[in-house]
Amino acid sequence: MSSAASSASPSARTRVVVTGMGVTSPLGGDVDSTWSALLAGKSGVRRLTYDWVEMTPIHIGAPVAVEPADLLTRPEMNRLDRTGQLAMIAARQAWAQAGFSPTREEDPLVDKDKLGVAIASGIGGVITLINAYDTLNQRGSRRVLPLTVPMLMPNGPAAAVSLEFGARAGVHTPVSACASGAEAISLGLDMIRLGRAEVVICGGTEAAIHQLPVAGFAAMHALSERNDEPERASRPYDTERDGFVIGEGAGIVVLESAQHAAARGATVLAELAGSGISSDAYHVAAPDPDGAGAARAVRAALADAGMTTDQVAHINAHATSTPAGDMAEVAALRAGLGSGVEQIPVSATKSMTGHLLGAAGALEAVLTIQALRTQTAPPTINLDHPEPELSIDVVRDQPRPLDPNRPYGLNNSFGFGGHNITLAFRRAS
Amino acid sequence: MASTEEEVLAGLAEIINEETGVPVADVQMDKSFTDDLDIDSLAMMTVVVNAEERFSVKIPDDDVKSLRTVGDAVRYIRKVQDEQ
Repeated sequence: MSSAASSASPSARTRVVVTGMGVTSPLGGDVDSTWSALLAGKSGVRRLTYDWVEMTPIHIGAPVAVEPADLLTRPEMNRLDRTGQLAMIAARQAWAQAGFSPTREEDPLVDKDKLGVAIASGIGGVITLINAYDTLNQRGSRRVLPLTVPMLMPNGPAAAVSLEFGARAGVHTPVSACASGAEAISLGLDMIRLGRAEVVICGGTEAAIHQLPVAGFAAMHALSERNDEPERASRPYDTERDGFVIGEGAGIVVLESAQHAAARGATVLAELAGSGISSDAYHVAAPDPDGAGAARAVRAALADAGMTTDQVAHINAHATSTPAGDMAEVAALRAGLGSGVEQIPVSATKSMTGHLLGAAGALEAVLTIQALRTQTAPPTINLDHPEPELSIDVVRDQPRPLDPNRPYGLNNSFGFGGHNITLAFRRAS
Repeated sequence: MASTEEEVLAGLAEIINEETGVPVADVQMDKSFTDDLDIDSLAMMTVVVNAEERFSVKIPDDDVKSLRTVGDAVRYIRKVQDEQ
């Protein structure tokens, strides 16, 4: 390869656009209902009614607004872990919006040898795993169903979606805890830039509102214990925040090379202009308080997109409502974006959706694109007592219009293990 | 207690429908699991596990291989029930 090719400027590289989006979230069963609820400042956090709830100190969470059983057939429900069910629902929405044929058969609009899948999960099919373990102990190995392994494996949702649409360019499942969904989108970007795929269905899914992960997160004191006020429990940047609220759901986007999308006359929702990835190498669960690693991801995303701080119209922050994480991200944004960060409206949408773990980055990628498309930053709720050191412009209580002269939106995602990912989207022209 | 042929057929049809989506009406005595109903080996084992529970029988893996049609399975299940 010539040195010119290896050091190609971003403008000379393959441009990648978003042509489809799908969501099932605690706020709604699709993108529009989720977005409307978000703009209205509604909380998807509620008191959980599962029979195990009294086993743990945490009695609140953010389950999906629409149960998968309302949308999928019985065989689909039986053959997919809940992560696969949620991913399938969101993937079908995204695929339909992109305008492709909803089958695995050949499609004149896309060469299936150039169609990839990258769908992540932070935890995988934990509900299937634990139910199968209970079956094994209570009823013996003969009663453990043959599809147990394909259902519980973390790549199960990605595999199911590839089967659904006949994707043959490769199926991937990056696992990076709460950055997983964003990493899958970043991987989709790479696949297209490398020429391995023309179209990639990518995003994240999570369904871990179960007593074991809840007990584990509770043992770390990572979860809010505000059981008596579920809607007020997720409160990023507020001095009274006491942890995140576990949520579930899926977010999927269809990425496509700009050339491929233009050739078939597809509607472009946004451009995925760049991605920045870094790792902290600091602590397995705690963020670096200086935000140095996250700042490097932010800077890498700017460089990859060939953009500057004064072009950023909006940031969807990771902001999970944990005492340590929120302010470390503020430090990272200040370090990564430098002077001018104060002029950028920041939304912490987990204040309403709860934390979808491995699906969070993907859901928030969709929300970042929606913000650019509608030129509106969603509100952050429950920010009643802002941190004294909160030196960024958090959009509080009401939505806010974006600066039309700034075309970019950033989406941060961080995960246990020190994973930092920043995605940079550009408004469709 | 032994089930009638109709009861076993209806029960199998319900299990197969729930696992694979094949319409209940299509599950008939002369239908081949693989050729007519498109049931692969993993789906077949899932049907077997559910049938064992529903009809209180054991169907060893070696015997599953000999169950080519729905009728084979219905007759097998009734025979085992009779012998119990």
